[in-house]
Formats: sequence, C-alpha cells, structure tokens
Amino acid sequence: MNWLLVLAGGMLGAPLRYLTDRAVQSRHTTGFPWGTFTANMTGSLLLGFLTGAALSSHAMLFLATGLCGALTTYSTFSYETLTLSRTGAGVHTIANALGSVLAGLGAAYVGLALAQSLLG
Amino acid sequence: MLHDREADTAPRPGPRQAPVLAAVALGGGLGATARYAASLAWPTGPDAFPWTTLTVNVIGCALIGVLMVAVTETGRATPPLLRPFLGTGVLGGFTTFSTYVVDIQRLIERAHAGTALTYLALTLAGALTGVWLASAGTRKALGVAA
Repeated sequence: MNWLLVLAGGMLGAPLRYLTDRAVQSRHTTGFPWGTFTANMTGSLLLGFLTGAALSSHAMLFLATGLCGALTTYSTFSYETLTLSRTGAGVHTIANALGSVLAGLGAAYVGLALAQSLLG
Repeated sequence: MLHDREADTAPRPGPRQAPVLAAVALGGGLGATARYAASLAWPTGPDAFPWTTLTVNVIGCALIGVLMVAVTETGRATPPLLRPFLGTGVLGGFTTFSTYVVDIQRLIERAHAGTALTYLALTLAGALTGVWLASAGTRKALGVAA
C-alpha cells in the first residue's frame, strides 16, 4: 500500500512538472530556467503547507514523498545551473542557484504559515 | 551509425504528447519509489543530518550529467522517449527539491542552524560538482568536444 501511494504520487508529480515547465518556458524568451524554478517553488510551498497540516502517514506518502517529491527536482535544477555557467551567464548562474534555494525556503515558510493560520 | 547532423538540428515534430507524458509519469513513479526505498533503507531522524536525501540528490545529478551529454551532445540519434523517461521522469522523480528545503526548515526550527546551513551548502556544492564531473567524464568517454 505504502509503495503504491508513493508510486501514484510520483506518477502525478513528474508529468505536472513537465507540463508546468512546458507552459512557463513557452511564455518567455529569456535564457533563465523559469519553468523548473516554478515547479520547484510550487512543490516547496505545497510541502511546507503539508508539513503544517498534520495529515495521516498515508496521505503524506502520496502527497509529500510522491507528489511534491516528483513535482520538484534537484537534477534538472543543477543541470540547468551548470548550463547557464557554461554559456557564460555568470549572474544568471548564481541567481538560479542561490535564488532557487532562498526562494524555495521562503515558499516552504509561506506554506507552513498558511497551514498554521488556515488549519491551526 | 552514420548520421546527418543537419537532420538532427533542423526543426522536426517531436514525439506525440501522450507517449511523452506516459514516459514521464512512469519514470517519475519509479524514481520517487526508488527515493522512498532509500529513505527506508537509510532512515535519518528529525534532528540528524539528512544524508540519505543528500546522497539521492547528488547521485541523481551525476546521472543526469551522463544522460544529457549522451542524448544531446553526441550528434547520434537516441530513442525519442529516452530523455523524457530517464531525465524528466526517473531522475526528476528520484531527486527532490521540496524535501531539501523543508528539511533545512525543520533543522532550523529544531535549533540546528549549523547543520541546516552545512546541509544547504553541501547539497548545492555536491549536486553541481556531480553534474560537472559526470558530464565532463562522459564527454571524455564518448569523445565529445566540450
């Protein structure tokens, strides 16, 4: 049961990240990877919310481990950061690396605060 | 296989949307399940340094370095669903950004700011070094110009 919940969450989260990336990347012409950024921020906000929502362990396996885990990605984030540095976009490289981490933390705090004020 | 590079760079319709989504979903499910398996095999407590997630993320980053060079830089054709399945799906689902930031948040809240900061920096450095070393090694192994 636990395995199926994680599997199902992952099978939902990864295509959601793919579709988010496609939708965002088709709407701007800059070299900045806003698509992955958007997916990572959305997933961090949602996971912050979930940690404050006191859900059952089954719900957490599906939504947190599966869905949020697969909606967000470290591999594409790192690959795109390195690609920015290889193309000589030094400021974008640092902005993507540090900006994603700081904004992700901020998103998690916003999510947690939302859960505490809405459900607390 | 002999290959016309022009044919690779010219715009052409990609694989149809439904098979790509299916490949991403299947890969994402498998990747997330593998990450869950790692968390069961090597559990880390709420006050401990999250070694398992760090290791998962760094391994996933090294593997995407290998994959992306193999798929996008050799000039050889690869199956059209390989990158959606392995890259966006398996490795995207295996690695996680949300757990990374929420673990940092939890460590800060539990008064382990030093551990949180070390974890933040070590994951970022390990992930970027992982992609860099793996992609450089793969270029060398496949004889691709950097």
